[in-house]
Amino acid sequence: MDITRLTIHELTELLREGATTSIEITESVFKKIEAVEERVNAYITLTKDEAFKMAEKADKDIREGKAGALSGIPVAVKDNMCMKGVKTTCGSHILENFIPPYDATVVRKLKEAGAVITGKTNLDEFAMGSSTETSYFGVTRNPWDLERVPGGSSGGSAAAVASDECIAALGSDTGGSIRQPAAHCGVVGMKPTYGRISRYGLVAFASSLDQIGPITKDVEDCAIMMNGIAGYDANESTSVPEKVSDYRAFVSRDIEGWTVGIPKEYFIEGIDPEVLSSVNNAIKTMEALGAECREISLPHTEYCVAIYYIIAPSEASSNLARYDGVRYGFRQKGEEDLLDMYKTTRSSGFGAEVKRRIMIGTYALSSGYYDAYYKKASQVRMLLRNDFDEAFRTCDIILTPTTPTPAFTIGEKMDDPLQMYLSDIFTLSTNLAGVPGIVVPCGYTEGGLPIAVQFMASHFEEGKLIQAASAFEKNAGFARRRPEL
Amino acid sequence: MKISKEEVGHVAHLARLNFSEEEKETYTSQLNEILMYMDILNKIDTSDVAPMTHAISLTNALRDDVKRKSLGTDRALANAPEEAGDFFKVPRVID
Amino acid sequence: MDYEPVIGLEVHAQLLTDTKIFCGCSTKFGEEPNSNTCPICIGLPGVLPVLNRKVVEYAMRMAMATHCRINERNTFARKNYFYPDLPKGYQISQYDHPLAEMGYVDVEINGGKKRIGITRIHMEEDAGKLIHDEEQPLSYVDLNRAGVPLIEIVSEPDMRSPEEGAAYLRRLHEILVYLEICDGNMEEGSFRCDANVSLRPKGREKFGTRAELKNMNSFRNVQRALEYEIVRQRGVLEKGGVVVQETRLWDDYQGITHSMRGKEEAHDYRYFPDPDLVDLSISKAWIEEIATTIPELPMEKRKRFVGEYGIPPYDAGVLTTSRALADFYEKVAELCGNPKIASNWVMGDFLAYLNENKLEVSESPVKPEALADMINLIDNGTISGKIAKEVFEAMWKSGKHPQDIIEKKGLKQMADAGELEKVVDDVLTANPKQIKQYKAGKEQLFGYFVGQTMKATEGKANPQIVNDILKKKLSE
Repeated sequence: MDITRLTIHELTELLREGATTSIEITESVFKKIEAVEERVNAYITLTKDEAFKMAEKADKDIREGKAGALSGIPVAVKDNMCMKGVKTTCGSHILENFIPPYDATVVRKLKEAGAVITGKTNLDEFAMGSSTETSYFGVTRNPWDLERVPGGSSGGSAAAVASDECIAALGSDTGGSIRQPAAHCGVVGMKPTYGRISRYGLVAFASSLDQIGPITKDVEDCAIMMNGIAGYDANESTSVPEKVSDYRAFVSRDIEGWTVGIPKEYFIEGIDPEVLSSVNNAIKTMEALGAECREISLPHTEYCVAIYYIIAPSEASSNLARYDGVRYGFRQKGEEDLLDMYKTTRSSGFGAEVKRRIMIGTYALSSGYYDAYYKKASQVRMLLRNDFDEAFRTCDIILTPTTPTPAFTIGEKMDDPLQMYLSDIFTLSTNLAGVPGIVVPCGYTEGGLPIAVQFMASHFEEGKLIQAASAFEKNAGFARRRPEL
Repeated sequence: MKISKEEVGHVAHLARLNFSEEEKETYTSQLNEILMYMDILNKIDTSDVAPMTHAISLTNALRDDVKRKSLGTDRALANAPEEAGDFFKVPRVID
Repeated sequence: MDYEPVIGLEVHAQLLTDTKIFCGCSTKFGEEPNSNTCPICIGLPGVLPVLNRKVVEYAMRMAMATHCRINERNTFARKNYFYPDLPKGYQISQYDHPLAEMGYVDVEINGGKKRIGITRIHMEEDAGKLIHDEEQPLSYVDLNRAGVPLIEIVSEPDMRSPEEGAAYLRRLHEILVYLEICDGNMEEGSFRCDANVSLRPKGREKFGTRAELKNMNSFRNVQRALEYEIVRQRGVLEKGGVVVQETRLWDDYQGITHSMRGKEEAHDYRYFPDPDLVDLSISKAWIEEIATTIPELPMEKRKRFVGEYGIPPYDAGVLTTSRALADFYEKVAELCGNPKIASNWVMGDFLAYLNENKLEVSESPVKPEALADMINLIDNGTISGKIAKEVFEAMWKSGKHPQDIIEKKGLKQMADAGELEKVVDDVLTANPKQIKQYKAGKEQLFGYFVGQTMKATEGKANPQIVNDILKKKLSE
């Protein structure tokens, strides 16, 4: 048996029974990494030494009956979350050698829950991208088809989970960066409600949109990961001091009598026919489970891309101002004037996409344009949020496609930023509205590429998402397929 | 045209970025395409709409005035590209 | 043409909290460079700010003391610019919804009163410090000050002379220190001032073009810089020139302001709401709670001292220069029941000793109770005013109670008429020649006899009784 193929809940069971040890699991995972990493390139940094120390401790804790929710489970962390003493690069040249002196709150929580951290996964530079092609450390490849992108920006985490290079992973999602790669890699990904999981230690891209979440092999694992990392954090002003449910309790509950909203604006022209038919089948599955699916309208959907690509770059332009070569990170040496040092450092430290977004954001906030861009986008964002509030008055959840197409080929959209931006069209709205979303595999193309359905719920209703996704997963039957590598 | 090559140069300066002439051309045309796309927002009247600046409404996240351990000079400087004694070292602003 | 200056001032005051505005690092001045720093105030990737409650409460105190309207809704904004002393590449400040607006303070100027409007008060974080290398083209960054809380107090352009500017500044300073929210130290930068100055022909309503003056680090320099700038602008206008809107730096050494033109680009700060900080909502109940922490302010205190204690306005002014001194005085006055004498002693010997030893009121070895007791001892004739000076000095040095000192040193006044008569008799017996001269009409010798008697008693004789005895004896 290849134990790397198992889920958190299966492995936890084996660990509890004494049928395996964390050391054994960790060894298998690193063997798998050795076997496939050269082709997939999911990781930027492996933390093998630390991992085995954590595994040893986990085994001891399990023996002593002190096991945490994730004891002994190998988990990968996207390389935009700080881990004390371990390089945190954000996939950027400018942070190539940055070693944080502190743990992100989620990393601390993983450690406290007994997880074994295997390494830091690849991402689009500063999480800006939908393909993991803009990383300074090379492209991550989709384990289902190595010529294709894994999606992004959490492409490393999604690919690592899909190729069993870890059991579960953390991603971050600013406009779909957990859900879109999870969809493209055939795994489960959740973006929780804004404020549900601490952002402290997550290197900021767009602060009002960023949210950390799990990428897992199935929905139950997603619930287990959520139990480990969700909750209020006094280190973050936007953290929500609201009680966290036991998400695992929502697994395997039925959804009989639920109302599922199908927003007509998400079923547009240009959507890939195989994607469309898989999602339509998903709607039928939900009906078979006793839910009532009915068409609804989210009228401001068509503005999402425009709102997002003003607000996210505006915040990013400010968040990325700290990379100036003074206190940490890369500095272009040899400049004698401060202004020159700033400019050459930032110009050679950042990649093209990051610079493009800094330019858009700087322009959108600049004198004379603020009202027309940043303010206008923030106002339409309010209208978009109102759409969701209105919809959730009558719907338990909303069901949509996750992406307009399956994973595209490497290089396909690199020269056309606007086309790349439009590939996020179905995932941006939840970040803008602050509501949670989950994606679950709902089919495969003829060529064997995964397709996923997305469920959205109202603020703090992650439990409902777990409930719906888990019910769907059990009946749809796509959960345990793995790519052949 | 939404943004000229000269404006791209000015915005780059505000953002402390340097571009070659060729890069400036590329960014000018890409930014124009993107900004044109943003015009879609002008279809909506937002005169009575309050801007949404946060994903959720919260107020008064405050902490008590209680000291926490500082990093100390050595750890503060640990990642510095260049340092001098207890300081971060930078090139001077040339007048 | 007769020109009238128009002056507005922007004051930055550091708040006396224990920790920084958005992190738990110490605000202490003068520590080892970069030692009071953490991931948050260094602006490491991934960190987030959390607002210090005390910063809000201190800022509210100032807003209330200056009659501002406190806004229920407060927001924080990012002011974006690049400089090595600004770790995040932006300063967290307030822009659209500041803490407080539309206040005023009254200042006394040439015996009259003038009201200066306050446009707004907002909270923000301080930047670090840059030290420039004197030989090489290098600078050194110290981030201990980065994140220290500030309030910025922006005045209306209501001042019409450098004297008014200085009076306004002193008034703000006095209030901040009284509220115990700022130490007011201008040299260490805890209290800083920028000025906007323009000239307009007298009688015209429209303002002229203004210059912004920076880099004045004392009250005197603010006044000097304003004076210089007014003369400079008048010169420009009188020659038919135009004043350029610009920032000018005060050069203390040369006593002039000079243009920063060329060194400073046109700023575009790209303010926008900080997504990492949530709205601050200030309730009526919170305002009422903070109101109870606001002490009587110097101007009101002065008025009360004059009315309640019957001391001259000048004395009241001296005694209220600090809250600690005023409290000390009040305690002494209350305990001894003689506010006038108390005022003389506090303003006189007490302040002199404090200044000489560079001590704060709270550090004084003489406590109000002891000083009041000493004044009582003068009042009831136990010691003379002259001896009291000696007693005070001994109290200062030993920290002992006056009674103990008097007894130990035998400084008690001789007021026993019988005893003193004997001394006077001895003096008279020893000076027959002088008695003859006195009786012949040289009356100024009376003082000589008093002096001799005092000398014989080592100054302890009650002068009044000595006078009486001498008069009686010499007229015999």
